[in-house]
Amino acid sequence: MIDKPHRVAVIGGSRIPFARSDGPYAHASNQDMLTATLDGLAERFGLTGERLGEVAGGAVLKHSRDRDLTRESVLGSRLAPETPAYDVQQACGTGLETTILVANKIALGQIDAGIACGVDTTSDAPIGLNEELRQTLLEANRQRSTLDKARALTRLRPGHIVPAIPRNEEPRTGLSMGEHCAIMAEDWGIGRAEQDELAARSHGNLAAAYERGFMDGLVEPYLGLDRDQNLRPDSTPEKLAKLGAVFGGPTGTMTAGNSTPLSDGASAVLLAGEEWAKQRELPVLAYLTGAQTAAVDHVGKREGLLMAPAYAMPRMLDRAGLSLQDFDLYEIHEAFAAQVLCTLRAWEDPVFCRERLSRDEPLGEVDREKLNVNGGSLAAGHPFAATGGRIVASLAKALHERGSGHGAISICAAAGQGVVATMESAGGAK
Amino acid sequence: MSDAYSKIVNSGPGGFIAGKVGLPRPVELERHTPGAPLLSGQALVGAAPGGRLAAPISELLAEAGVATATTADEALRGAAAEAGLDAGVFDPDGGGERRFKALVFDATGIADSTELVELQRFFHPTARRIEPSGRVVVLGTPPEACGSAREATAQRALEGFTRSLGKEAGRGATVQLVYVEPGAERGLDSTLRFLLSPRSAYVSGQVIRLGGGGGAAAGLNWERPLAGRRALVTGASRGIGEAIATVLRRDGAELALLDVPALSDDLATVAERLEAETIELDITEEGAPAAIAGRLSDGIDVVVHNAGVTRDRTIAKMPEDRWSELMEINLSSEERINDELLQRGLLRENGRIVCVSSMSGIAGNSGQTNYATSKAGVIGMVEALAPALAERGATINAVAPGFIETQMTSRMPIPVREAGRRMNSVSQGGLPVDVAETIAWLAWPASGAVNGNVVRVCGQSLLGA
Repeated sequence: MIDKPHRVAVIGGSRIPFARSDGPYAHASNQDMLTATLDGLAERFGLTGERLGEVAGGAVLKHSRDRDLTRESVLGSRLAPETPAYDVQQACGTGLETTILVANKIALGQIDAGIACGVDTTSDAPIGLNEELRQTLLEANRQRSTLDKARALTRLRPGHIVPAIPRNEEPRTGLSMGEHCAIMAEDWGIGRAEQDELAARSHGNLAAAYERGFMDGLVEPYLGLDRDQNLRPDSTPEKLAKLGAVFGGPTGTMTAGNSTPLSDGASAVLLAGEEWAKQRELPVLAYLTGAQTAAVDHVGKREGLLMAPAYAMPRMLDRAGLSLQDFDLYEIHEAFAAQVLCTLRAWEDPVFCRERLSRDEPLGEVDREKLNVNGGSLAAGHPFAATGGRIVASLAKALHERGSGHGAISICAAAGQGVVATMESAGGAK
Repeated sequence: MSDAYSKIVNSGPGGFIAGKVGLPRPVELERHTPGAPLLSGQALVGAAPGGRLAAPISELLAEAGVATATTADEALRGAAAEAGLDAGVFDPDGGGERRFKALVFDATGIADSTELVELQRFFHPTARRIEPSGRVVVLGTPPEACGSAREATAQRALEGFTRSLGKEAGRGATVQLVYVEPGAERGLDSTLRFLLSPRSAYVSGQVIRLGGGGGAAAGLNWERPLAGRRALVTGASRGIGEAIATVLRRDGAELALLDVPALSDDLATVAERLEAETIELDITEEGAPAAIAGRLSDGIDVVVHNAGVTRDRTIAKMPEDRWSELMEINLSSEERINDELLQRGLLRENGRIVCVSSMSGIAGNSGQTNYATSKAGVIGMVEALAPALAERGATINAVAPGFIETQMTSRMPIPVREAGRRMNSVSQGGLPVDVAETIAWLAWPASGAVNGNVVRVCGQSLLGA
């Protein structure tokens, strides 16, 4: 049926600037942002009226009314309404997971081209009915006679006005992601200074990327924003050192400066087979060459909630026969500076590599000069499902700029999951 | 902890007043319970660069299943990985509220006084993180085994550090220095286990030397480390002697309990409880050594010389019989019994002789010229016989109890008793079981590296330190 897999090309990406929660996008819904982002991508690559193989997308915080959010966004976009779409949800891994799903179908020859996308809003958050009120209304609805319905409704109480607000916490531990990461930081002995340094570097790198025009074509203005709102070009470790701890208690090391803020935004990536790209004379930036998802048991075994990428990466590398040092660029999602540093430390640590990864030798160091060279989530912000698309598009462009080389992506996700992928520059292949 | 003062200062109002006035507030020391894990909290391992003990420490902690963290030191991480020790990382810069039940620091890499700052670097950020009844063990190289004068100087300096930290630590924490001779690394196991565990509750500020002796620990059942070993305990009918017998039995030993015929009933009661055989005789009698040897004709693994008396008088008021009676019981009879057992070859291979000395034997005590002489003599005997015993693959050591809560101390005048109880780093008296646990450790077959040591069980008493 399938002779051999097709190469999966990354044609390019587009996103809207990421905004801080309750900022300029406070009144934009997930569907608004995703539709605008798909339109931006369609505009750039001449996809207006085009029927694509599929669009895979998702959001982490979703209203119950947003059934088939991605499909509805496609219907509102310039893409042909005959383009099928589906929703995916894997916490902060959503954006990269949709990329992998679309890529797999291209590789198998089931589709020629598709879009992977993600969106999230923490401003236009879904607020649910009070759970007891909901149960009471459903119970009343189940009754046949008006009298029985009325009787069921007598259970309504004034307290039922209190709504159910989405909680930023792990359902099985009751701890927020920041609190989980604070435990990891303590477990791995991650200091405050190195976190602030990483955060300042993220801002510096993203600011430089905007300055030299790298972000042109990657980001389309939206609702008055033309740059990521969270970006602070003048950020320094000294300034960041003045902030108080927000996670890990009074002696904690994690601050609002070295943790990502709640953000709003959307991103999309166009993926295709080479033939399809050639027909449309679209340049290929890079090829997606590998992917892996992993999960840890943060409940029973009390593993670090955000440590799954530390497991996913070696599994992917082993399958490909690569070492961690075989890459020219690394994109590690900066959910928290401490998460990045814990992951790097774990890969360098002989105990972790022996005991948890069953390897005789540690994976070794990642050259910091090659890490998040065009900024990361700490600077750009982190609308959960939109981060994967931001990273894929940015890395593809950076690899294209280099003309050759390989890149690795690592993204941690809530509920103990992690998604990693590798890409190769298309420059050398031409 | 039964004494009235401790009860008062640990009560609500009493504690408030004690806190305001600055009175010592002794914590209740944790003690060993069978089946309990070696350590009830996490251990933190650190090392000065170039140390040689990371491997045996890691192996022990891995085998004992101790939750461990290490500093971010590369050699330590490597050794932990090699040993299969799933150790976390502790970096003081990471802050946080982490507490440790034990701090273990390998100082063998310190070869010059300028490198002693490694002690400051490790303990400065961790000293406040020691939990109550915590354990600190610093490991060094015996100065006499060092390759250079500079190294010997630096290693000797460790003693000043551990003794001071013992006085600073508080809240029932203990601090020891263990000198490990090069080549004796594998002998560390039993000693580190003892010092980390609650068995060493009342041992602090000690310097223990480990030499090349055998006694491999591999495969030992640490719940019953004396299983299959036969032990003789003198003066076993009451007090500390009874406690020694009880702990040796708990650790698996078969017992022969000895005491004078006058205490026959007491001895029988203890023996029945511990399923032991009894030897009723007066060890000072002329035929006693031969009689004991006759009863132990199958050989003996452990001999505990516990029998002892006090006959207090200042030397100006001391008649000769009072002097001599004590010397016979406390020292001369022990010498004769040792000689008999050794000459007849009854001390089995990997055998153990453990003597009970006393703080008075080290520090001296007014009214106890006779007693202190006998107990200092015990130390002399241990030091003198150690090389000969080492040749037989056996060891001889002594424990030197400080203020131990017994019937004898309960009859002391209150000022003397209270001074005795409080003038140590844990601000309380020890219990007979604390002496017994220390003797049991020295008696373990895995403790072959400990020979010729005198280990005080005194809560780091101010006297004779």
